[in-house]
Amino acid sequence: MSRIAGRFAALKAEGRTALIPFITAGDPNPEVTVELMHSLVQAGADLIELGVPFSDPMADGPVIQRASERALKHHVGLHHVLEMVQTFRAVDPDTPVVLMGYLNPIEVMGYQAFAEQAAAAGVDGILVVDIPPEEGHGLLQTLQASTLDQIYLLAPTSTSERIKRICEVAGGFVYYVSVKGVTGASHLDLTAVENKLSQIRVHTDLPVGVGFGIKDAATAAAVGRIADAVVVGSALVSRVEALAERPHEIAAALSELLTDMRKAMDEA
Amino acid sequence: MSGHYLKKHPDKNGWYGEYGGAFLPPQLEQPFAEISEAYDRISLSADFQNELKYIRKHFQGRPTPIHYARNLSDSLAGARIYLKREDLNHTGAHKLNHCMAEALLARHMGKQRLIAETGAGQHGVALATAAAYFGLECEIHMGEVDIEKEHPNVVRMKLLGAKVVPVSFGGRTLKEAVDSAFQSYLKDPVTSIYAIGSVVGPHPFPKMVRDFQRIVGEEARAQFAEMTASDLPDHVAACVGGGSNAMGIFQGFIDEEEVTLHGVEPLGRGTKLGEHSATITYGSDGEIHGFRSLVLTNEDGQPAPVHSIASGLDYPGVGPEHAYLHKIGRVLYSAVSDQQTLDAFYKLSRLEGIIPALESAHAVAHAIRMAPEHPGESILINLSGRGDKDIDYVADNYGYNV
Ligand SMILES: Cc1ncc(COP(=O)(O)O)c(C=O)c1O
Repeated sequence: MSRIAGRFAALKAEGRTALIPFITAGDPNPEVTVELMHSLVQAGADLIELGVPFSDPMADGPVIQRASERALKHHVGLHHVLEMVQTFRAVDPDTPVVLMGYLNPIEVMGYQAFAEQAAAAGVDGILVVDIPPEEGHGLLQTLQASTLDQIYLLAPTSTSERIKRICEVAGGFVYYVSVKGVTGASHLDLTAVENKLSQIRVHTDLPVGVGFGIKDAATAAAVGRIADAVVVGSALVSRVEALAERPHEIAAALSELLTDMRKAMDEA
Repeated sequence: MSGHYLKKHPDKNGWYGEYGGAFLPPQLEQPFAEISEAYDRISLSADFQNELKYIRKHFQGRPTPIHYARNLSDSLAGARIYLKREDLNHTGAHKLNHCMAEALLARHMGKQRLIAETGAGQHGVALATAAAYFGLECEIHMGEVDIEKEHPNVVRMKLLGAKVVPVSFGGRTLKEAVDSAFQSYLKDPVTSIYAIGSVVGPHPFPKMVRDFQRIVGEEARAQFAEMTASDLPDHVAACVGGGSNAMGIFQGFIDEEEVTLHGVEPLGRGTKLGEHSATITYGSDGEIHGFRSLVLTNEDGQPAPVHSIASGLDYPGVGPEHAYLHKIGRVLYSAVSDQQTLDAFYKLSRLEGIIPALESAHAVAHAIRMAPEHPGESILINLSGRGDKDIDYVADNYGYNV
């Protein structure tokens, strides 16, 4: 069983929903990332999603885009991100780590080289934002032959044909984008989310996570009641941004938000 | 090549050989599928075609003429140089050809708002014009660097009623303007449509913009035959940023093997990454902005900062069809520097009384370079736009060349 599957199975046995924080690797500088990952785990993260900086992130809103920009100022590339995961893994053998990023850096590294190095570094899953299964041309097959889970996004506008197709190739969990638009957008319609989740669950037994638009403990708890995992990104990254000049204070600020969310979700 | 190139390319999923496709996040799949479906359904209808024909003639002022550049040709004592005068198209560039059609499609689809990026501001001005014509809202994303450099076009867009959104991240030029426009479109794909500015982006845009620019090649072919004793020019040349004006004129000649097609890229200040924007000459296979093509990236796979004296060519990707035409050898791609471009800019102004856009001056520079080696032959250039937008920039930075 993969680390991701194992973690979800354990949570299910306890009747709990997974809490998945997202941060961008190297934001605001590469020195703090591994330490932040450990503190997120301490604050209640069940799984960590680590963004690979990309200069043209077309599916991200300004908050996460600026995070990429801060990391790229320090020239944080895919190689560095894998090194960070390896350093994290040496201390924490249990918490699954998923990389989220865009196709081009992976292509430049080479699919096979990436799959091998990522698995060796202790990465568990990979979410490539801009590669629908149709355009796989090699990456899909390479990843399928590896131990990495392929995480896919689904959107409110995804048709049921689309959902079916994605669920056929998805691994680890399925990630439902709860609001239209880019990361960091607002207006979460819970009933609509719930309906869509049932539609997705017809096609897969994988856990379904919900992200985009989860800002605070109350929304985390509300979404936690209907989803298998709650992903929180922009809310954390905007705190990183606010403290970019005082990086030693970031861990505490992120922990505070995450602890509140964890608590609200467990009480819900 | 056995004829009917255009019918055979792209395939139904938007592939030109190994380039093209649609590399979209799921939030964008459905909106692009909708555009694709609407394009296939509406664009060939008699209503659409007739309305576009009317607009081309009575609003855009088409056909634009071909001009024989006699003084320039004589000064080079080589090939005869002809100019397809897209600078005389309304708004001063070829961009209006696809903008009017994109806006017409938007209206047929019931959209209320047009969103796009712009580099030099030509696409922005053209789209703002189309929006005004059809009574649609218009939002143009433009890098802060370009806003400064292309001030007259910013004023024009605002006068035409468009909202200009300054883009302040990254290199603050065309690449970032595309990111910003995509993000805005993602927020509201129901009432808006992304009207991309060149033969780039996910399918169906490279095909759609190509089709809408076809008029240039069709006209040019007929006009050239009428004006000269020969049916076809020996060479056809155009600058390539994203590649829309080049695809426009190439389409008139692509099935004719005896016509040599030249794509001219910006070599900027030099051959090092960051100094130029010559994607076909120096790029490698990759993905950017939702399509697969040649891309200029650094060793980490990040699309690289690029430079050209012409803002409209300042892009680290290139239309997938150009990557393909390069691969199969149908089009010859080469690059000219900022300096060669400036020389051509001054030369065409003095000798022909035509101030070209700095983008178009790249194609002129290439013709000037090759003309002496091809006596007795003819070179047809797509003069994609006029240089009014560039005069202050050139005069302030490089003087009058007296
Ligand atoms: C006059 C002119 N020519 C050419 C271009 C480059 O675009 P493309 O390569 O799509 O023709 C531009 C872009 O702004 C332009 O304004």
